[in-house]
Amino acid sequence: MSTVPDYAPESKTAQDRKGAPLPTPTPAPGPKLRATNVNFFYGTFQALYDISLDMQEHLVTALIGPSGCGKSTFLRNLNRINDTVRNSRMEGKILLDNEDVREVDVTNLRRRVGMVFQRPNPFPKSIFENIAYGLKINGMAKRSEMRDKVERSLRRAALWDEVKDKLHESAYALSGGQQQRLCIARALAVNPEVLLLDEPCSALDPVSTAKIEELMLQLRSSCTVAIVTHNMQQAARVSDVTAFLLEGKLIECRPTAQLFTNPADPRTEAYITGRFG
Amino acid sequence: MSNLLIWRKGVNSVMLTVTGVFTVITVAALFLILGYLVYYGGSSLDWNFFTKLPLSAGETGGGLANAILGSLEIVAVAALIGLPIGFLAGVYLSEFPDKVFAPAVRYVADLLNGIPSIVVGLLAWGLLVVPMRQFSGLAGSIALSAMLIPIVTRQTEQFLREVPNSLREGALALGACKWKMVATVVVPAGSKGILTGMILGVARISGESAPLLFTAFNNQFWNGSIMQPTASLPVMIYFRALSPYDDWHRQAWAAGLVLIGMVLTANILARLVIARGISVPRG
Repeated sequence: MSTVPDYAPESKTAQDRKGAPLPTPTPAPGPKLRATNVNFFYGTFQALYDISLDMQEHLVTALIGPSGCGKSTFLRNLNRINDTVRNSRMEGKILLDNEDVREVDVTNLRRRVGMVFQRPNPFPKSIFENIAYGLKINGMAKRSEMRDKVERSLRRAALWDEVKDKLHESAYALSGGQQQRLCIARALAVNPEVLLLDEPCSALDPVSTAKIEELMLQLRSSCTVAIVTHNMQQAARVSDVTAFLLEGKLIECRPTAQLFTNPADPRTEAYITGRFG
Repeated sequence: MSNLLIWRKGVNSVMLTVTGVFTVITVAALFLILGYLVYYGGSSLDWNFFTKLPLSAGETGGGLANAILGSLEIVAVAALIGLPIGFLAGVYLSEFPDKVFAPAVRYVADLLNGIPSIVVGLLAWGLLVVPMRQFSGLAGSIALSAMLIPIVTRQTEQFLREVPNSLREGALALGACKWKMVATVVVPAGSKGILTGMILGVARISGESAPLLFTAFNNQFWNGSIMQPTASLPVMIYFRALSPYDDWHRQAWAAGLVLIGMVLTANILARLVIARGISVPRG
């Protein structure tokens, strides 16, 4: 995989060729998400140690590491869903577009930073109602627009053709892989700027996994994506940047191809070659 | 066959027989009650029983229409008071618990559940009937709702706790605030269990006589307003069963049959309605 992200939009637009004045190039944008010296505690147990990590816009960042290394915990701090865990505490700073996530309204933050969980968690409602849920609670669609927006989200998650004839059936009638794509469509419906995926394929078969991986590659054009995965091949296939965590510490974070072919830290090498973890 | 295998098979069949026999005893109790009620009360059940007022002592015939209506009225008002309060308290215990108040509420609810119903009736008499200087259906309803609230509170809490946390996180992650998450995802997900709990609670209080004895008391005529003494089936059964007249005894049995029939019908209907929603798969 190339280290140069291939998300860059086509630069040869019609306007360019005509020689029309180009807009002044904006300075390279800061990272979409920036974590600085993040420590995290469950009660007295420290789960994260001093993690500093940037996630660039329109890139897929993979978080890998053995079970219990803190990758999910880190991800769950980015949309502050860990706030709901009792007796937990975070130190350090996480910035979304240079704004401290603890200073913005938490519901607005979570609308902007969507999340897909390890096990599919559709609501006990119809397929349609599942997708419409986020639009409704955020007041993002009028009644008349709802159907179109639901369809668009289901298409983005490559689920539309499979469910278009049973939109009003229970979401639990779908297979596990379909349920997970439903959850992705549900998250996409509210137009998140960042999508967090917490081991989204760990409960799925290889066919469903392939579909979701393909989806992630497409999502880059509209979102910044962070994915936690146990599966190193998956990280190599879908991500631009990979971060390796071990025992709550960030060992290294580099472009995916570099990390997998030429790791800087012996612990990373040991992990990706399967010598532990 | 080896000895071990014979031994195992022997133990197996003994255990199967023992559990089977006790199951039959449990089920038999229910059928015994139903059979008794039908045998002794069935003969008094006619159209008059449902439409006529009670006759004076010694006269045969008449009905318990006022008690049937009164029971419905008292229980309906009790449900109107008790179900919302119990439900909201249950939501609080499950979804918004703190470290001090919630455990205290939970403990009090369990204590209330264990208080003998006659004591609840006594309390309602002291707090409502004495100051108002009158027995009233309303006092009976309040006494019954005091029994209903802790039942519904604990049932609601229990079923909401069974809603998987992943659903809560799913809603929060979409930008729902907490009360919206509770109202639109958690409560609907637990609604079947909660409704079942409510029905069982209402069924439970509709058979209570002790809290009504010195609150709603009794009435031989059509019930007036809710502020007046109101006849009810359980209290009617109590007075009829203690009377010296055979005809009244039969009416007591019949009233028992009607009471059970009403509870059973409500139960079955509610379950049919509830079975139509989407339930959360377990595991």
